[in-house]
Amino acid sequence: MTAYILRRLLYAIPIALGVSIVCFALVYIAPGDPLNSLLPEDASAETIAMVKKAYGFDKPIPVQYFIWLGKVLTGDFGHSIASGRAVTDDLFKALGNTVLLAAGAVMVAFSLAFVMGLVAGYHSGGPVDRVVTGVAVIGVSIPNYWLGIVMVIIFAVELNVLPATGMGPRGSDTFNFWEWNHFRHLLMPMVTLSMIPIGIITRTTRAAVAEILNQDFVETLRAKGLSEREILIHVVKNSMPQVLAVMGLQFGYLMGGSILVETIFTWPGTGFLLNKAILTRDLPVLQGTILVLAMIFVATNLVIDLLQTMVDPRLKRG
Amino acid sequence: MTATEGSRTASPLSAVDRKDMRDRGGDAQPMLIARELKKHFPITGGVLNRPVGHVRAVDGVSFTVMKGETLGVVGESGCGKSTLARLLMHLIVPDSGELIFDGDAVGESDGLSVRDMRRLMQMVFQDSYSSLNPRMPIEDSISYGKKVHGASEAEAKDAARELLTKVGLDPNLFGPRYPHELSGGQKQRVNIARALVLEPRVVILDEAVSALDKSVEAQVLNLLRYLKQHFNLTYVFISHDLNVVQYVSDRVLVMYLGEVVEIGPVDEIYERPKHPYTQALLASRLSMDPDDRIEEPPLVGDPPNPINPPSGCRFRTRCKFAEKICEVDNPVLGDWATADAHVTACHMFVPRSGHSMAVSSASGSAPAPSGTAMAGGD
Amino acid sequence: MANITMSPSDAGAVQSAPAVMVRSYWQNVGYRLRYDYLTLFFGAVVILILLSAIFAPLLAPMDPYQSSLINRLKPIGYKDFHLGTDELGRDILSRMLYGGRISLTMGIMPVLVATIVGGTLGIVAGFLGGRTNMLIMRMVDVFYAFPSILLAVAISGAMGGGVVNGMLSLTLVFIPPLCRVAETATSQVRNLDFVEAARATGAGTFSIIRVHILGNVLGPILVYSSSMVSVSILLASGLSFLGLGVTPPEPDWGLMLNTLRQAIYINPLVCAIPGVAILITSICFNLVSDGMRAAMDVRL
Repeated sequence: MTAYILRRLLYAIPIALGVSIVCFALVYIAPGDPLNSLLPEDASAETIAMVKKAYGFDKPIPVQYFIWLGKVLTGDFGHSIASGRAVTDDLFKALGNTVLLAAGAVMVAFSLAFVMGLVAGYHSGGPVDRVVTGVAVIGVSIPNYWLGIVMVIIFAVELNVLPATGMGPRGSDTFNFWEWNHFRHLLMPMVTLSMIPIGIITRTTRAAVAEILNQDFVETLRAKGLSEREILIHVVKNSMPQVLAVMGLQFGYLMGGSILVETIFTWPGTGFLLNKAILTRDLPVLQGTILVLAMIFVATNLVIDLLQTMVDPRLKRG
Repeated sequence: MTATEGSRTASPLSAVDRKDMRDRGGDAQPMLIARELKKHFPITGGVLNRPVGHVRAVDGVSFTVMKGETLGVVGESGCGKSTLARLLMHLIVPDSGELIFDGDAVGESDGLSVRDMRRLMQMVFQDSYSSLNPRMPIEDSISYGKKVHGASEAEAKDAARELLTKVGLDPNLFGPRYPHELSGGQKQRVNIARALVLEPRVVILDEAVSALDKSVEAQVLNLLRYLKQHFNLTYVFISHDLNVVQYVSDRVLVMYLGEVVEIGPVDEIYERPKHPYTQALLASRLSMDPDDRIEEPPLVGDPPNPINPPSGCRFRTRCKFAEKICEVDNPVLGDWATADAHVTACHMFVPRSGHSMAVSSASGSAPAPSGTAMAGGD
Repeated sequence: MANITMSPSDAGAVQSAPAVMVRSYWQNVGYRLRYDYLTLFFGAVVILILLSAIFAPLLAPMDPYQSSLINRLKPIGYKDFHLGTDELGRDILSRMLYGGRISLTMGIMPVLVATIVGGTLGIVAGFLGGRTNMLIMRMVDVFYAFPSILLAVAISGAMGGGVVNGMLSLTLVFIPPLCRVAETATSQVRNLDFVEAARATGAGTFSIIRVHILGNVLGPILVYSSSMVSVSILLASGLSFLGLGVTPPEPDWGLMLNTLRQAIYINPLVCAIPGVAILITSICFNLVSDGMRAAMDVRL
């Protein structure tokens, strides 16, 4: 098992390097001189020379990559063109807000979807199953940026019970768990973001439950005289690892996939940061944010894969 | 069949004359000589997925197949029978060893190319389900090989239909069907037809009837016998079923853990088995006589792991005659190249081998020169 | 051998079977689809949506670019504006019809290209195995390490907006998953005996892939890529919503959703319309894909 974990970790290294190469290349696929895309338009000659030297733009591209990689590994993501601040300053503050949003969304999704999937899988083929499957299809088909707007229309514009945008009053960008107002701001983005995971987790749970119920051991349990409720406990236990894994994957996905929802609700997370960076063509911020989000995705996948293999060693991959 | 035959000058599928035009070496030249064939599959593991060992699937196997005979290959599952079949077809490239087809070395520059060899030697696979393309009408599955070798669409189709008749399936009814619409026996007939479409001289039957019901198995065996005669074929018949092998074979080869332990004419092997493994294998067959029950299983336990086979004789861990010498020295198979020889790789049959029960002479009666293995009894 | 009876007649006897209608796999799929009324219905809706986009110039009651200051943000049913007007006074119905052209193209084209490119790569990797497989699949893994929307945003964000860049980035998003599906399906088929048998006849790699592999992996690949169309439409509209896809004044559902957002307090109902179109299209594609999966009996 230890060898397997080590192997998986080793295997993640080339992927992480590949991801870093893609992020590094972003500056080069941008139209125009990569130097210009890293500097504000009104940069002085000194700044230009400094950046040129720091990034090694006079050197061949592979060398530039290693210079960049070295900086990134020491936590230097460069400076924002728009604000001039270090990318990391804004990035890590935003990261916390996105973690909060994504974790909340996944939790909401799980609690709803697991129950729905369980009921649907238990009555698979029946009318309840069809309704739940329909809900799941809508969940994965709905454009969540549109759902966000609809929610704003209903709850903020028409009913006026929830704040439309932001994280708290006065443009706050730090979440305070002791302030009810912050939770009110969190509610709509969280629910909006939970739609896709609801669809996916419902489908997974339904499939897992239906499949487990078809297995011989359930028949044995019934033959032993267990009540349906006790059987259901067995089914839940057996389907849990698979469902939790999907939930974890969804968390990783939402970390990078919350850009649209954050934009609608101006939630001060990484997605909002990205959106701002795109609008202002702030490439250092874009590059740094995407790198960090992708790394989080890689790490989540790796952790889930390892946890899953620990629970069920049959899942080992070569 | 006759109708299609008349339309062309020489029907390729009409019964081949006793004297095969493609014969090169004459009757005395074995159809196939396998010499020291070896295939070790690497096992990877550890952190870096490096090879940490080898499965010695086939470990120095030598034998001959004479023209027109059926060589039966028996052994427990996992002894390397199927790997051997794939090595013969070069579906798996052997690590070492050579294969000589009617006097020509296979895969060597001055010999027979693998592609040409595959025209002359074909294989019928065990699993009749996965051995047919589920998306293809069986007619097309059969004619495919013909087309690969340059036949026109019409030619290939005619050949396929003719062969369907030969294997006992009405081409009009079965030709356009898909594999899932056929029974196991019918699918195996199709597999046989596909192997025959290239007009091979040798057919390797890898557990070709093992998955079938007994009644269907008998029908297919009869079909194989008929085809063999009709097309003047040579068979390598691989099976774990001792009764079937006895029924079809002229000579039998016994494999254990990737090695040949005994080879000889079928009656010799079944009536006077030499190697303790062969004896045990034969003894483990169920008797039809209720008074003749087997009280103790003649073979206990599973074969040892082929990754780390026992030193010396590989069978010694399960052999009741095992002695010191068996641990030290791997007995060699004697003169396997002689067609009628009955030889075994066991120290008990090597005079002065050091085994307490070693024969004083080869066949137990007439003295034989030392170092020569036992020649057949009669 | 007492247990095996042999008579020459049953060796050579020709087996006949009752004549049945023989259907190929694809005919079977078609047969099953023909009786799947739900899928047929949603398929019809998809076709209707596609047709309305293709024939937008004929169907649109007004010029989608014609703005008018006095007619800004009118509600549904105002005068001849059946779906109201947008922030520049343009007819929303006409813009929706025209917008479908770009939104659907941006949604479907990337999946189409990715199916061909990713499918080919996956089949090659799966069939050849070994180092080729390693090389292709490790590269795919790298792109797989990005959440899809993030990768699309990253690439089109760096390259700058525009329909072409948007489609390019979406294509890159869909190549890896399609490559994986094709690779998995191919390596499963590759290990079946009939491929081995084909090799035993001396057939070349290309012939085996064309004749034996393709027919068996096309089903799973098509099912998967059809399920990606809905995702692609959502992503494409999302990119336009972020200003990374279509540039104004071109009509596009995602972009319309974005610009109408300003009018949320004035005319909330109108703001929701483009999203409804995206939602309906996406649901229909999803359900058609589910129907195809059931008809092709594919497990992904």
